[in-house]
Amino acid sequence: MIAVFRHELSSYFTSLTGYVFGGFLLLFAGIYTMVYNLNALVANFEYVMESIAFIFLIIVPILTMRVLAEEKRQKTDQLLYSLPISMTQVVLGKFAALLVMFLLPLAILSLYPILLTAFGSVHLPAAFGAILGFFLLGSALLSIGMFLSSLTESQAVAAGLCFVVMLLNYFIVDLAGFVSSSAFGSLAAFLVVILLLALIVRSMTKSPLAGLVTGGILGLGTLAAYLMSSESFEGLFPKVMEQLSLFDRFYRFADGVFDLTALVYLLTVVGVFLFLSVQSMEKRRWSA
Amino acid sequence: MIEVTHLTKRYGDHTALSDLSFSIEKGQIYGFLGPNGAGKSTTMNIMTGCLAATSGQVKIGGHDIFEEAAQAKALIGYLPEQPPLYLDRTPREYLTFVAQAKKIPKDRVSAEVDRVLAITQTDQVAHRLIQHLSKGFKQRVGIAQALLGDPDVIILDEPTVGLDPVQIIGIRDLISDLGKDHTVILSSHILSEVQAICSTILIISRGKLVACDTPENLERLFAGSATLELEVEGTPEAIAKALCPIPCLISPEIVSTRENTCRIRLESSEDLRDLCRDIFFAFSDASLPILQMTPAKASLEDIFLELTSGDSPESAGKEDDA
Repeated sequence: MIAVFRHELSSYFTSLTGYVFGGFLLLFAGIYTMVYNLNALVANFEYVMESIAFIFLIIVPILTMRVLAEEKRQKTDQLLYSLPISMTQVVLGKFAALLVMFLLPLAILSLYPILLTAFGSVHLPAAFGAILGFFLLGSALLSIGMFLSSLTESQAVAAGLCFVVMLLNYFIVDLAGFVSSSAFGSLAAFLVVILLLALIVRSMTKSPLAGLVTGGILGLGTLAAYLMSSESFEGLFPKVMEQLSLFDRFYRFADGVFDLTALVYLLTVVGVFLFLSVQSMEKRRWSA
Repeated sequence: MIEVTHLTKRYGDHTALSDLSFSIEKGQIYGFLGPNGAGKSTTMNIMTGCLAATSGQVKIGGHDIFEEAAQAKALIGYLPEQPPLYLDRTPREYLTFVAQAKKIPKDRVSAEVDRVLAITQTDQVAHRLIQHLSKGFKQRVGIAQALLGDPDVIILDEPTVGLDPVQIIGIRDLISDLGKDHTVILSSHILSEVQAICSTILIISRGKLVACDTPENLERLFAGSATLELEVEGTPEAIAKALCPIPCLISPEIVSTRENTCRIRLESSEDLRDLCRDIFFAFSDASLPILQMTPAKASLEDIFLELTSGDSPESAGKEDDA
């Protein structure tokens, strides 16, 4: 695992990826710090973190697009499979390298609130709470990006897919607001999501049966729940989307709340997508 | 050293390997031979744990490649068909990574990398980016990677494909050297290559093992009766007269005559060496000079074609016998 970690980390520095990622993050953090804290003389650094959350849409695809897709394209995954290390170690090593790449600019960023204290009183716990939330959100998004990269052997496809998923994630709460708040509206929205899920399962497992079973169970379950108590479906879809949204969890931190459930949720997302990445890599052994 | 039992691999409806069983002994060079798409790479990928079999088992030194993957894989060095190289690295960086991943102790990594660079003669390019290396050197770096940690078994999938003749000879010499103290398994669809360096040949055709023997035995098995081709100076009548006293001659056949020489083809149920001796004395007694005498033995190429050709029931029957 340490070997993979070191190898990955050095590849971020031999290519431009690492610098582009860090540069982008610092550039936007710098601009917003200047606008909010220096020009507008606001003492809340957490506003900066909240405002720059949108750059994940760009930097996560940049950092994660090649992580597993490139191994597949260059056929170096064959080396990884034949080495006496498990896929779990490979995925963990790669993810650790991603985290370090993310932590480096974040460490520089952490100096900003401390520097700002020289010019006035800054509420440091809120500022660092927001940075912690930002880190957790970033980790969750990076693990999703990594999983998406394991699905394809083209960096461009991985990046595109990742961007779309990030975009959906970012706007999901706003989009869910457009769904009719009636019980039937929620039901319809759920069924559409379930249909999409079933199609994804089908295309990933290449088994129509698996897709049908997933879609069938979830769809029938939702229908049954709707028939039993249709009033509880009123406005449920936006609520569920709000709960699922990773960005919304981060905004809790940015609001100055140390939300333990949000912390657990984001860490769970990391765990789930790392697990899925390992499974996706293992699956290639069977069908590649 | 390696036990492969009842290996089957299916991709949907397509059967890539069906019920493949063989065992590999320590300290020899084995050659997997077969036409393109016969299942050589699939077999090797399964043996090295890169691919999962639909059914069947592979044991390396007693360790199952799936259940005890780490122990089994530690015994193997594998060069896949396309060398798995990180193009943005130098050979030294790349090999250091592989050495660390193979869990070679920290203090020995650098020495080990130097050792394999020296064996594969890649030390002079150790500091150039892999993407700038020639195909021959890339292949060598791939082999170097397989040699790290000095594994007992080295598996090379088509190690000489796409190389120029000088490079091919270089890689072949390297493999022969490795065969002195390692078990080497290589695949190829080039007969002469396998014949030149392997002590045992496994012929795979359409996912089945159709033959497994030494090159000499394979030739003997398929040689049939002893056949000689001769060019003799003399008239057909004189030659026929001279051949009369030779026993066991099946069919003296005059292939062609030109001016005062004849090409003849002889078949005998006798041993080839005895036949040669008899022929020599018969013609020398008759004062007919032999200009050329060639024993026609079944070449490995004939065997290969016979074993792997077509779907005719005749050849299918022969496959079962083999």
